[in-house]
Amino acid sequence: MFRRTLTALALCASPALAQQTDLTLALQLEPPHLDPTSAAAGAIDSVLYGNVFEGLTRFAADGSVEPALAESWEIGEDGTTYTFTLREGVRFHDGTAMDAEDVKFSLDRARAEDSVNAQKALFEGISEVTVVDPRTVEVRLSQPDGNFLFNMAWGDAVIVAPESIENIKQAPVGTGPFTFTEWVQGDRIELARNADYWGEAPALEAATFKFISDPTAAFAAMMAQDIDAFAGYPAPENLPQFEVDPRFQVIVGSTEGETILAMNNAEPPFDDPEVREAVAHAIDRQAIIDGAMFGQGTPIGTHFAPRNPDYVDLTGLSNYDPELARQLLADAGHGEGISTTLKLPPPSYARRGGEIIAAQLREVGIETRITNLEWAQWLEEVFRGKDFGLTIVSHTEPFDIGIYARPDYYFQYDNPDFQALMTDLTATTDPATRSEMIAEAQTMIAEDYVNAFLFQLAYPTVADARLTGLWENQPTQANPLGGVSWTE
Amino acid sequence: MLRFALRRLISLGLSLLVASLVIFLVVEVAPGDPASFMLGINAQPDTVAALRAELGLDVPRWQRYFDWVGGMVTGDFGTSYTYRTPVVGMVADRLWISLPLALYALLLSTALAFPAGLFAASRRGGPGDMAVMGATQLGIAVPNFWFAMLLVLFFAINLRWFSAGGFPGWEDPLAALKALTLPAVALALPQAAILARVMRSALIDILGEDFMRTARAKGLTRGQALWRHGLRNALIPVLTIIGLQFSFLLAGAIIIEQVFFLPGLGRLIFQAISQRDLIVVESVVMLLVFAVILVTFLTDLAYAAVDPRLRRRA
Repeated sequence: MFRRTLTALALCASPALAQQTDLTLALQLEPPHLDPTSAAAGAIDSVLYGNVFEGLTRFAADGSVEPALAESWEIGEDGTTYTFTLREGVRFHDGTAMDAEDVKFSLDRARAEDSVNAQKALFEGISEVTVVDPRTVEVRLSQPDGNFLFNMAWGDAVIVAPESIENIKQAPVGTGPFTFTEWVQGDRIELARNADYWGEAPALEAATFKFISDPTAAFAAMMAQDIDAFAGYPAPENLPQFEVDPRFQVIVGSTEGETILAMNNAEPPFDDPEVREAVAHAIDRQAIIDGAMFGQGTPIGTHFAPRNPDYVDLTGLSNYDPELARQLLADAGHGEGISTTLKLPPPSYARRGGEIIAAQLREVGIETRITNLEWAQWLEEVFRGKDFGLTIVSHTEPFDIGIYARPDYYFQYDNPDFQALMTDLTATTDPATRSEMIAEAQTMIAEDYVNAFLFQLAYPTVADARLTGLWENQPTQANPLGGVSWTE
Repeated sequence: MLRFALRRLISLGLSLLVASLVIFLVVEVAPGDPASFMLGINAQPDTVAALRAELGLDVPRWQRYFDWVGGMVTGDFGTSYTYRTPVVGMVADRLWISLPLALYALLLSTALAFPAGLFAASRRGGPGDMAVMGATQLGIAVPNFWFAMLLVLFFAINLRWFSAGGFPGWEDPLAALKALTLPAVALALPQAAILARVMRSALIDILGEDFMRTARAKGLTRGQALWRHGLRNALIPVLTIIGLQFSFLLAGAIIIEQVFFLPGLGRLIFQAISQRDLIVVESVVMLLVFAVILVTFLTDLAYAAVDPRLRRRA
């Protein structure tokens, strides 16, 4: 018996069987349910985007938008009609065909009056969706929208089927390279290779997403090699240890998360641009990145991702200059100092960053009262109630500079010029003109010192050294595993 | 006896009613709306309203309270706002981890505490007693989560005997038990330290009793007397502590569940609170209250069965 076991072990170790085809990837947050079209939770997309669900277009690893379920499209003369040609022979995981009816169903569902889509604004420009034939669908917009193809790549715009919509929250059925197998709530979600995938077949046969929220537990699980990779590794202080360990690789990518010290633009003292400018100059970004994020993060001078080709480096407008900050405060009539609130949501960038920012502000005469809030409280008090002086938050949606055109948005920046610029931008489709306008928008909010722009959130992944094909950056919150494989 | 049981039953019902009111009010008063939490910071107001309607949050509070209580009476504990599955099923899934873990830890702590307490009591004041007392002092002082991390560091990362956490499911009972071992040890040790101390002092109290002296006078050695007559009588305070520990282990293992990323009951409550999954919080807490009240009721009945005087006094 014992000898037989030994033989079996020897067989396992032989090179023919060494090629691993399964993967256990850990994430910090578990999805609340599995319908990306009816919740904001990034964790849903982190598991399902590009794996189980796909949209008409999709984000590539570099953030560009490429064809997905739509293999091509034509844009009408006036920019308001998009005619999508769908890929042939695409089937949902339940075997039903994916056709123009499904596209119409998905888009109409998202923009319906009783829709609970967290990003309903993406679909607002759509006035009509028409099925031309099973492989052709025509989307009519009420006005030209230069963002439309980009919008359709979001996880909230994936194509779902009326046949399987009822149970989507527990048993998602999509068109992607992996099918959903099982969800052990609180622990893991299992996916299996979709043998009928229309695109290139994935190298992995099975993938398990495991949820480990505690940073210490994340370290232990990685070190014990219970998991093969941890995407969005939550304990940056351990990264150097993984970097020197030959068993692991550390990939530090960037995200769409602009981390800002938001100011209440509608209420004194931050309704005064001079005071906001003072705050901006009082902040030493590198000290925050080093102290709160263990060196992970890229300083930003405006609300835009540095990785984007249209990014303008405006950090010079708000360089660290406490002397100037004190001067500006004195000029604004606050020579004796300011007292305000600093409300912090749970993530470590806010809690740890908040302590450092409070110390930096104190240097120039701004006293802050720190309040730690849970997310639900933060949403109620700060986001909806607008009851705050300062707060720290990372805005993780891609290309979200448009929030500065919403005067009722929590920091309440109300500049008609900016609002007009955003309206024009939406209506513009020419790439060169768009780039110019985007640069102008970035400069406008930086010069108005709407918020203090801190840094772009980094996205560290710790993985087994033999894994390739994991997404480095997070153009959207996702971990598509179609291109992931093991090398020896 | 029947009238006594009936009276206790009525007071049990009243306790549950009051508990349900308090739980509902406390949870509902906490700031934060489940719908806006789920839809995040880009959601439009009409979308939030639509989700509130879908979740049934747009009806008045008092009506929701009655719906909730009415549902519970018929065994329907509602549907989770975030997970959109029945609360009963979720609790059952989590109990399959929390209950075995609590029992496992209790078993370990009792197995450790009994011999330790017996040993210390029989060598009262001696070096053996001092050693046990010192060890239990340490056991009480060390926080269980810190001890858990040490266990992980040593047994999972260095020796690789156990995995660092997680739970494979009960399909393979041995693997499941193995996965629960480190958490159970981490939970059991501080409990064992408390229990050993209680055991020791209870035994020492008993040693001074008349019947013990009689036993010794009949020719039993100190150890024999302790084993045959002392232990049984010392069990009453010890059992009380074990009972208390069990309810603590059932719902209070939350930090240990976090360290070993086990999907237990404690983590369910924790997650539900931060996600404002009010109905889950309310129903799970209510279930726990029910469990505690039921245990108390059964204990009362047992006491009364043993001691007739209690029936009249209650």
